[in-house]
Amino acid sequence: MTIVDPAKSNMSVTAVQIGKQRGGPPLTQVLRKDRWWLQPALIVFGLSLFGIYATWAAFRNGHYYAGPGLAGGGRDYLSPFYSPCLADVCNSQGQYTGWGPIFGTWWAISPALLILIFPLGFRMTCYYYRKSYYRSFWLSPPACAVPDAGSATPNGKRKRYTGETRFPLLIQNIHRYFWYAAVAFAGILTWDAYASFRFVGGYGMGLGSLIFVVNAALIWSYTLGCHSCRHLCGGGINKLSAHASRLWLWKNIASKLNARHQLFAWLSLIWIAFADFYVYLVSSGMIHDPRFF
Amino acid sequence: MSPESATAVEKNLQMRLWRGDAEGGEFTEYNIPAQEGEVVLDVVHRIQAEEAPDLAVRWNCKAGKCGSCSAEINGRPALMCMTRMSTLNIEEPITVSPMRGFPIIRDLVTDVSFNYAVARRVPAFQPPKLAEGEVFRMQQVDVDRSQEFRKCIECFLCQNVCHVIRDHEDNKESFAGPRFFARLAELEMHPLDTLDRRRLTSEQFGLGLCNITKCCTEVCPEGIHITDNAIIPLKERVVDARYDPVAWLGRKITGKPDPTPAAVAARFAPETLAQQQEARSAGRIGTHPETSGAGTSR
Amino acid sequence: MAEYETHIVDVLIIGAGGAGLRAAAEASAMGASTAVVCKSLLGKAHTVMAEGGVAAALGNVWPEDNWKVHFRDTMRGGKMLNNWRMAQLHAQESPDRVLELEQWGALFDRTPDGRILQRDFGGHRYARLAHVGDRTGLELLRTVQHRAVDVGIEVFMECKIVRLLRDSEGHVNGAVGIWRETGKFIVFGAKSVVLATGGVGKMYKFTSNSWEGTGDGHALALWAGADLIDMECIQFHPTGMIWPPSARGLLVTEGVRGDGGILKNRDNERFMFNYISDYFKAETSDTIEEADQWYENKRDFRRPPELLPRDEVARAINSEVKAGRGSPHGGVFLDIASRRTAEDIKRRLPSMYHQFKELADVDITKDAMEIGPTCHYIMGGVRVDADTAAATVPGLFAAGEVAGGMHGANRLGGNSLSDLLVFGRRAGIGAAEHALSKEGTVTIDQEQVESIAKHALSFFDNEGKENAYAAHQALQNTMQELVGIIRTESELVRARGELHDLNERAKVVSVEGHRQFNPGWHLALDLEAMMAISQCTTLGALERQESRGGHTREDFPTPNNEVFGKVNMVTSMQGSEVQIRREPLPVMPPELQELFEEAH
Repeated sequence: MTIVDPAKSNMSVTAVQIGKQRGGPPLTQVLRKDRWWLQPALIVFGLSLFGIYATWAAFRNGHYYAGPGLAGGGRDYLSPFYSPCLADVCNSQGQYTGWGPIFGTWWAISPALLILIFPLGFRMTCYYYRKSYYRSFWLSPPACAVPDAGSATPNGKRKRYTGETRFPLLIQNIHRYFWYAAVAFAGILTWDAYASFRFVGGYGMGLGSLIFVVNAALIWSYTLGCHSCRHLCGGGINKLSAHASRLWLWKNIASKLNARHQLFAWLSLIWIAFADFYVYLVSSGMIHDPRFF
Repeated sequence: MSPESATAVEKNLQMRLWRGDAEGGEFTEYNIPAQEGEVVLDVVHRIQAEEAPDLAVRWNCKAGKCGSCSAEINGRPALMCMTRMSTLNIEEPITVSPMRGFPIIRDLVTDVSFNYAVARRVPAFQPPKLAEGEVFRMQQVDVDRSQEFRKCIECFLCQNVCHVIRDHEDNKESFAGPRFFARLAELEMHPLDTLDRRRLTSEQFGLGLCNITKCCTEVCPEGIHITDNAIIPLKERVVDARYDPVAWLGRKITGKPDPTPAAVAARFAPETLAQQQEARSAGRIGTHPETSGAGTSR
Repeated sequence: MAEYETHIVDVLIIGAGGAGLRAAAEASAMGASTAVVCKSLLGKAHTVMAEGGVAAALGNVWPEDNWKVHFRDTMRGGKMLNNWRMAQLHAQESPDRVLELEQWGALFDRTPDGRILQRDFGGHRYARLAHVGDRTGLELLRTVQHRAVDVGIEVFMECKIVRLLRDSEGHVNGAVGIWRETGKFIVFGAKSVVLATGGVGKMYKFTSNSWEGTGDGHALALWAGADLIDMECIQFHPTGMIWPPSARGLLVTEGVRGDGGILKNRDNERFMFNYISDYFKAETSDTIEEADQWYENKRDFRRPPELLPRDEVARAINSEVKAGRGSPHGGVFLDIASRRTAEDIKRRLPSMYHQFKELADVDITKDAMEIGPTCHYIMGGVRVDADTAAATVPGLFAAGEVAGGMHGANRLGGNSLSDLLVFGRRAGIGAAEHALSKEGTVTIDQEQVESIAKHALSFFDNEGKENAYAAHQALQNTMQELVGIIRTESELVRARGELHDLNERAKVVSVEGHRQFNPGWHLALDLEAMMAISQCTTLGALERQESRGGHTREDFPTPNNEVFGKVNMVTSMQGSEVQIRREPLPVMPPELQELFEEAH
């Protein structure tokens, strides 16, 4: 008497059988008829554009602060790429933080290169951006039911796919630490939005103030909708009903914003570049920042 | 009949259905008049009844509730019974191929036993002990999350589309696939389950292989947010248990035990389970391979 | 000569729906080696189509509820044709069966204090249906499926059983099946065989049943010499989709009405008030004002007539359509859009919203649904012993829809899921006890196997004579038109004749192609079962000269309690012919009879 042949009784615990003939045409043949390539193409375009702009902005090392000395009326606008202010240019009058420049004058390289590590780290490890760059840059896969780059090697041999199980992609698991930093940065950018209402001679409001408020709002919306944030708010708890405040945070803040994470990822990205560019234009005197009151 | 239906009736559909088996196959074109209000499965059935009685197709409820008629329609993984013809461009030929992530049985039918093999390895719900006469008390808000995953109809479209196994057959040995991450998330988030499944999920079901490209969510006919609500929360929980350096350091300093010791995971290792199953079957179910019998094979 | 594989088990369960898997879990727990064989993949059974809930007198919402009330509702709903003992066991045990599911991981919707929430349904005096939105059947099936997997039961998927095997004493001792994938034969030897194959809906044109509902279990039992009872009692669910044609028959859950939906004809009249029978007059609202207040205050108001038992509502819809007051596609309107907010509808009836949106392009939060009766459930079935689920042939057991008696002439919504659990478990116990007490090993009669296999393959030799799909359609048309929701003697006699001819056609069906996954062949085999069962139904319908529950005779429009209210219609094989006879109903003991006297 022997055991039922596992291959015949489909239900036994057996090692999964691999390598059997699949149905349909070969996987490398794409059967989709829609424009599946459009989305990855747009993402490549959008992220590349931002990359180019960010590089230029980071190495610019100038015109990132429209301060009190601005011709035609003092402002207190600091580019988000250069915030918090490390160099003394924005602290010449001790106004910005009240405690003077953090680094002082000896720092010669663009402070943005230091600062951007954090927001870039946050976004690089963000679950949404991971999806988009794995799809559009890695082609892993470029679209659903379209073969991924690893399966399409010309010699027919497939690359071993290890996902996020090995270094360096294993690092993606520390996303939450970048989130902690991102919360600090969101706080700083909120301060910047407040500071943008300070004018020489008292409070006021310019177009720049509006841009900074929107910037802070978008950054918060993106940061608080982060999957790690959702987990820390309450996602890790099974009996949420026993934790009323965390339930509220999880349900009404993190989960709601998380549902629009992709939207806020893009809006905040575009807007931060726009805010920087606006400061550049005002600071360099190319445009005049209209003041509402 | 409404006026717009009259025009629809005159249209001819060009259906390109995959015909074949493990030996090979090809798309065969069937031309059949369009009828109003049909879904792809209706058309396939009409072809079966009128032109190709031996056309193999798997289906059951025809209402999007059982998840049997999974296929790839114009290359997109979908249920045939829930894809209305009116959503497709019938000016062009419509291709229907079997799910290409699984081995072929015949025509549109694939061998989905991979999924049943994985299902056997998922440790069942482990209830807490109840006192005599006591019943479970759970708040709706606490069961909401797991209920979402229990909507799963096991159509296996997510398993089919996931490139981790679709494009890398060898990963089938170490990767459970989105359907089972939803199942594991359901159990992990169950307010009364007593087993910590985090290490298992990572080590034995291959959660780390997922690169969250969301195709599972995109094809899910039940609209389950597999990636955002199951996989990513599981990844975060695994970080708590395994990767968070500060949490790890904290445990080392305070002497707190590992929340998911390797011993728990070992209990559910595939080899252990296979041995158990073998022991169970050997004692109970016998087979007589020597018995020969009826029928000439065709 | 090709080999076939043989498996020897204690208990063989045919069907992997709720009843089959529940039976398997129980038989296995009792130490019997257990195998389950099913026609589809595991987890696809028709149980997933059950929407509204599982009826159990838990008393979570209404503490007044108890098994006696549930028992009384069930018997009254079944027009007293039920096997009283089954109805009693069902009402008594269903709460425990539901709570047990939670131990296995089921997640029902909750009350504010964290217990299982229960909803209203037609014919149930109190809100009694434990549910999960409108996908309770799926929840139940997954739960027992996970349980079966957990306890390590062998499941033979996509395998159709063609005939049962019997030993020299006539006891059932196994079955012969076909692997759908390969077309090869598989033989089971078993000391007990449990039928859990579900219903027969596919013999009708418009049905909520899936392709599997071809009466396999009924026919297997019949061919093995067992009795079937009351096969004429078929439930036509009042609310099935009727448009578009491809979706015709799909179920629209009774939950729509339980949650406030109302029925209207083309004149926008809420017509159900015109169809309240005397039997239910005392407990049904007779004005719109009262009916509308019931949803909020169930204590002081009587329930709306939309929530009368299914047979009453189905007949009312049928009458409206016949009187020319139907909707454009020959049904009536089911309106919830004007009654509840869009969010409410989407939250409480998500799969209905989805189903209409996807298949009919109708937004049920904005527009009324067009619905009409659809063949849904057979109350009749294999005659069983209430306590052990044993059929009249030793070694054979039946549970779930395939078993008869539990629901009498009409089934209340929600009682089928609880039926699966209660009698699935009892069949598991009965089968395991029978198997474990039986000495010796099972010996398989090779000759029987040979002749069954030969018969199954004969369809490949019938060249060019008959197409299985065409024969099936002809059968469906006959049954739909002549043995449908309203029946009359002349039509039934015609049906009997047509079925006789069709039976001859079904025998010469020819199958193209080869044995590997050949749907034409599978249909030819299913057709045999449907032919046998449709004859039973037609004979029963002819013989029962009254209207009762799911059986309505135009020529005998009222119940006849003196004659037909006291008998089961028993069909069985005599030689190669289906025969019918009357047998008295089991008599209810006085203490239970009192429950009915109190109420009136």
